[in-house]
Amino acid sequence: MATVAVAAEPGAGAGAGALSALRDALRSRRLILGLVVVGFFVLVAAFGPLFVGDPNHEYTDALNAGPSAAHWFGTTNIGQDIFAQTVDATRPTLLIGAAAGLIATAISVVIGIGGGYLGGIADELLALLTNVALVIPTLPLVIVASKFMGDNGLTPTIFVIAFTSWAASARVLRGQTLSLRNRDYVLAARALDEPRWRIILVELLPNEMPIIVSQFTFSMVFAILGQAGLAFLGLQSADMLTWGNILYFAQNAQALDSGQWWWFAPSGLCIAVFGAGLALINFGLDELLNPRLRVYRPSKARAERSS
Amino acid sequence: MRLRYIGRKLGFYLVAAWVAITVNFFLPRLIPGDPVSIIISRQTQSGTVPAGEAAALRKLLGLGSGSLLSQYGQYLDQLVHLNFGLSITEFPTPVADVVRPAIAWTLVLVGLATFISFCLGVGLGALAGWKRGTRIDALVPSTTLLTAMPYFWLALLLVYLFSQKWNLLPAQQGYDPSLDVGWNSAFIGSAIQHSILPAMTLVIASVGGWLLGMRNMTVATLSEDFVVAAEARGLSPVRVLTRYAARNAVLPSVSGFAVSIGFVVSGQIVMEQVFNYPGLGSLLFQAVSNEDYPLMQALFLTISFAVLGSNLLVDLLYGLIDPRTREA
Amino acid sequence: MNDDASLVLRATDVSVAYEGRRPTRAVREVSLELHAGEVLGIAGESGCGKSTLAYALTRMLRPPAVQTGGTIEYVDRDGRTWDLTALEPGELRKLRWAEFSMVFQSAMNALNPVTSVGAQFDDIFRTHRPEMDRAERRERARRLLEMVGIDPKRVRSFPHELSGGMRQRVVIALALALEPRLVVMDEPTTALDVLVQREILDEISRLRAELGFAVIFITHDLGLLLEISDSLAVMYAGQFVEYAPARRIAEEAQHPYTQGLLRSFPSLRGGRRDLRGIPGNPPDLRQDLDGCPFAPRCEHAFDRCRTEAPQLLAAPGYWPFSCHLRDVPNGSEPRKVEVDERA
Repeated sequence: MATVAVAAEPGAGAGAGALSALRDALRSRRLILGLVVVGFFVLVAAFGPLFVGDPNHEYTDALNAGPSAAHWFGTTNIGQDIFAQTVDATRPTLLIGAAAGLIATAISVVIGIGGGYLGGIADELLALLTNVALVIPTLPLVIVASKFMGDNGLTPTIFVIAFTSWAASARVLRGQTLSLRNRDYVLAARALDEPRWRIILVELLPNEMPIIVSQFTFSMVFAILGQAGLAFLGLQSADMLTWGNILYFAQNAQALDSGQWWWFAPSGLCIAVFGAGLALINFGLDELLNPRLRVYRPSKARAERSS
Repeated sequence: MRLRYIGRKLGFYLVAAWVAITVNFFLPRLIPGDPVSIIISRQTQSGTVPAGEAAALRKLLGLGSGSLLSQYGQYLDQLVHLNFGLSITEFPTPVADVVRPAIAWTLVLVGLATFISFCLGVGLGALAGWKRGTRIDALVPSTTLLTAMPYFWLALLLVYLFSQKWNLLPAQQGYDPSLDVGWNSAFIGSAIQHSILPAMTLVIASVGGWLLGMRNMTVATLSEDFVVAAEARGLSPVRVLTRYAARNAVLPSVSGFAVSIGFVVSGQIVMEQVFNYPGLGSLLFQAVSNEDYPLMQALFLTISFAVLGSNLLVDLLYGLIDPRTREA
Repeated sequence: MNDDASLVLRATDVSVAYEGRRPTRAVREVSLELHAGEVLGIAGESGCGKSTLAYALTRMLRPPAVQTGGTIEYVDRDGRTWDLTALEPGELRKLRWAEFSMVFQSAMNALNPVTSVGAQFDDIFRTHRPEMDRAERRERARRLLEMVGIDPKRVRSFPHELSGGMRQRVVIALALALEPRLVVMDEPTTALDVLVQREILDEISRLRAELGFAVIFITHDLGLLLEISDSLAVMYAGQFVEYAPARRIAEEAQHPYTQGLLRSFPSLRGGRRDLRGIPGNPPDLRQDLDGCPFAPRCEHAFDRCRTEAPQLLAAPGYWPFSCHLRDVPNGSEPRKVEVDERA
């Protein structure tokens, strides 16, 4: 009920808003946990390689060894240290995720916000393009395209993933823009004849920032999962070491058939945990921006009364 | 009554299909060198290449004679006749015959798993939203861990546990190869048994998305006036939840189906490789390994059309469950 | 008003708070009585707690809002008294709609958008009148629609196919489906345009005369209440500040806030008045209020108002209001008091 919800926070001044939002942010356990997880992986990506040897050129005598004090995650069939590989793979994996996510988000911002704001035939066409891109399955396209190109190093991978994964974000941003463009402050700016680019940059973009950030986290997870899939199918350059490539090597060496779970487990878990970390950040943002999703926990005695 | 809605949807999917076909037309231009001579020389290694194959291939890959437009015309002509050329992988079987048997395997598996996953996710999501703030609801964020797992990795995990460690379920192929393929109980039983692990993978990996979306929508819908009004009318909680809250909360899940099915299909394609499942994904993997360009193209189109078809189906279903798609 | 035999609702010292780091005490010890067929108007600015009170009276509060005190008694048509605050959910559901129903603020959203109008009547009858068969339910829904001036064929329509005014009529028809003794109306006409507002109000008055249900009518529009109410409560900062017969309040309002509200719209009877709003804003209900909550905005406030909260008490010959002017000689001529204090 609108009235009741409004009455819940009477007199909350605009100035106090930012501060209390920050306080709320720090109270959200999910957001903090997400930031810790993602921060941890970023640190590993930045500094991890300094602490482990080069796993591709240092071989131990222990082949196919299980986890031990010397090799925390065990070794591969040719004696590479899997822990060192996992740490080393963090940087390229995150780089692909971040770069492809960033490009995809940028495309979605241009198409979603641009179309939504311009309206008319331009919006119709961009919306059609978005919806078409949304229903055409991307992975088969990516597989076929990257196989046809023949080059599957870092840069082509980033671009192929980015160009096929912007549509969902664009649709969300368009919807948001359509609802924002009729708000008072935007109408006021239009009435004042402010140039379009200024309205988009100054009035719309900052207000959509939280959604853009949330879409970026989705894109990043999607890019990392996509790259892992491509790598697992052997469609990624073997010179590049990502978590997906490690899984490919493991599969190629039939690690699972010989029960070498330690070869598979770390990389997959890293992907899942990092993705969950990003998702938790998203959860936290959602709770902050969408008060209706916030959970109220009434004290027990009162909860019984009101039920 | 809903003719305009149906017409608009049909029109949209026709455009989408045309885009898929056109993308497919331009794709071979990414191949460095002359793909036709590469293919013919590879085919020659496997056996006798029938006369006219090179010309047909050229047309199919959009590299026929004349202007771009006439190349496009020749390409469409090949498609209309389902003439996808000869497969390199299974030379000299025509590509269409290679693809056809794989379609049902993937379609049935993905269809059933998506149906189970949708029902499970939407049901649990509605429950979690209804009981928000309780212990059931507190479990919801943990499903993101499942959602962020690569499908194929989850598949590997399940194979390791159910097949290798506990020896409960078969991990390879779609059926026991010693059986005759056909509508007999032994074969169908074996197919079902072999589909359990792949289906489980799809369900576990995709249920979190449905669940989370439904949970949030249910929470949002519960504070809508019409739900409060339903409660004020003294309707039973079950009726309020099902007929008022969940009935409305499920709409975005259905209209967002396209995004979800895209995820599932992508996951399925890679996952089939883990199980050696006789579907489109394994075939695509073989095509990629063998640089079987005609097969790749046919598969891209087949998968695209399957996805477009299922999206159209869901959109039409949406037209049935949301009366606002009717003309006022 | 003292005829207890016709009592429908009696609330005693009802308080509601929105829980949070600093709880918002939205309703503070409100008491009221409602008799059969009576129309009680509750007026006040937005945020004064009037909707929250309506939700509390019908036990519709949801977290974070909780009733923190007071009792609510309801007397049903058989003369049984129910303590609404102590009812089991199942018993409460039986009373709901059959005894008291609600018309919500926004007609646009009070109807389930995905089921037909008829289906929403059906849900009510299936729950409360399981003995009715399908044809009876349909027939009753058609009659109810007809009663509020809508083509009975509309039972098959979906909410989006109806105009705002029609939707609000449907909502009213739904509220009357089981012939309740009490209908709580929370700003039932606010979302509608002026012409439709008038139609709906006339409709409500007509139906009330016909069916004889009691009404609690909540709105920020005091003029409207003067017209339709039997008694009228003015709410400020979660409290009733004046609780009077509607006929007399227009001319003899005792509380400065009521006077201010009366001044802020054109009089229905009588000549033109000085159209003024009330300066300032209502207090932050998260704080404890020292003294009279209206004091900071009151042109008659004196020292006592800032330290001591006035009680809701009647002055001789008058009705209850909460203002220290009651104890001041010539209190009914407040302007003089103001001059005295400043001198």
